[in-house]
Amino acid sequence: MTVRLRQLPPAAGARIRGLGSTQPTRVVTNDDIAATGVQTTDSWIRERVGIVARRFAGPDESLVDMAVDAGSKAVADAGLSPADLDAVLVATCTMPSPIPNAAAQVAHRIGVTAAPAFDLNAACAGFCYGLGSAADMIRAGSARHVLVIGAEKLTDWVDPTDRSTYIIFADGAGAAVVGVAAEGEEAGVGPVVAGSAGDLVDTLVIADRESFIVQEGQAVFRWATTKIAPIALRAVELAGLTPGDIDVLVPHQANLRIVEAIAKRIRAAGGRPDLVVADDIVRSGNTSSASIPLALDHMRAEGRVRSGDVALLVGFGAGLSYAGQVVVLP
Amino acid sequence: MTNEEILGGLAEIVNEVAGVDTSEVTREKSFVDDLDIDSLSMVEIAVQVEDRFGVKVPDDELANLRTVGDAVDYVVKTA
Repeated sequence: MTVRLRQLPPAAGARIRGLGSTQPTRVVTNDDIAATGVQTTDSWIRERVGIVARRFAGPDESLVDMAVDAGSKAVADAGLSPADLDAVLVATCTMPSPIPNAAAQVAHRIGVTAAPAFDLNAACAGFCYGLGSAADMIRAGSARHVLVIGAEKLTDWVDPTDRSTYIIFADGAGAAVVGVAAEGEEAGVGPVVAGSAGDLVDTLVIADRESFIVQEGQAVFRWATTKIAPIALRAVELAGLTPGDIDVLVPHQANLRIVEAIAKRIRAAGGRPDLVVADDIVRSGNTSSASIPLALDHMRAEGRVRSGDVALLVGFGAGLSYAGQVVVLP
Repeated sequence: MTNEEILGGLAEIVNEVAGVDTSEVTREKSFVDDLDIDSLSMVEIAVQVEDRFGVKVPDDELANLRTVGDAVDYVVKTA
């Protein structure tokens, strides 16, 4: 006999309801980095990667601590309480150990009881993967509100004597609450364009638990500056928009030169001259999966973006992995 | 395409990527030592050379292109 399994009623779409972020207290300038004895200077770092300062977490600022703080702020920003959350998803690639995952700890500490809570590792693309997964869970009827967090403590995995990585990577967390679109309300999270380039797997790795992050800078730079803009443009197309409809471009904050190269291609494809381009790397460094929600939250606090703005997000990193989508800002 | 045309195209690319005056981009100049071009700008130059001249410039080949003349010869050889 053929059984028919009942399905949950689907929802028409999802929207971002709230944002939150956190950074460690310790600000590390380029001069601070140079003072450690690493062969570099403030001007060298600014020219190569565009970073002026970043934050390093101390021993009492764990990845989970940062995720809890950013997540709690996003829930409050959405005007919700923890009891409203149906799932907690943490995108991260720098947990100090594989188990337990971050998400169950975060859910417990925020006060969400028995919610599905899982981690997702797509490195610097993780937040966009998480946002896509959350929107799909909501559309499928499995959840009404999902907390998506990108949280990283990259300094645990960076060699402080390696100038090619020590100057770039930093710590922080950013979060978004994704909720079901109400009756008569338009969807605010577009289809995700996600994928991977496994042929470049060796270009960005942490080899084992005793190792640090190693990156083939030129290979990753070439990939990021040529392959990511077309993916972002595909996300615009799938959302039924054109590049001229985009108010804000938020690429993963890998390197200011990569951000600018992507922005140049988006503008060349019809992006508006007044397109706002995230440059949060300047003061936050590269925080991997946290960089996109961190940038969004900072830009909102600075008044550079407003509620209702149409933002194009695109994450990319180790894997190599990528994901992007268009969202309407809360 | 003549060597002069390739050199002229390369000079325009170097100018756009690194802001170096096109008249500075001559055969004997070293990208790194004379024109002060860093490794990431070299990648951007390689990508534009690929688009403009229809050649492939992988990273391991890029490392061998020390001078402007090396790059012109590489395009002539592989185009």
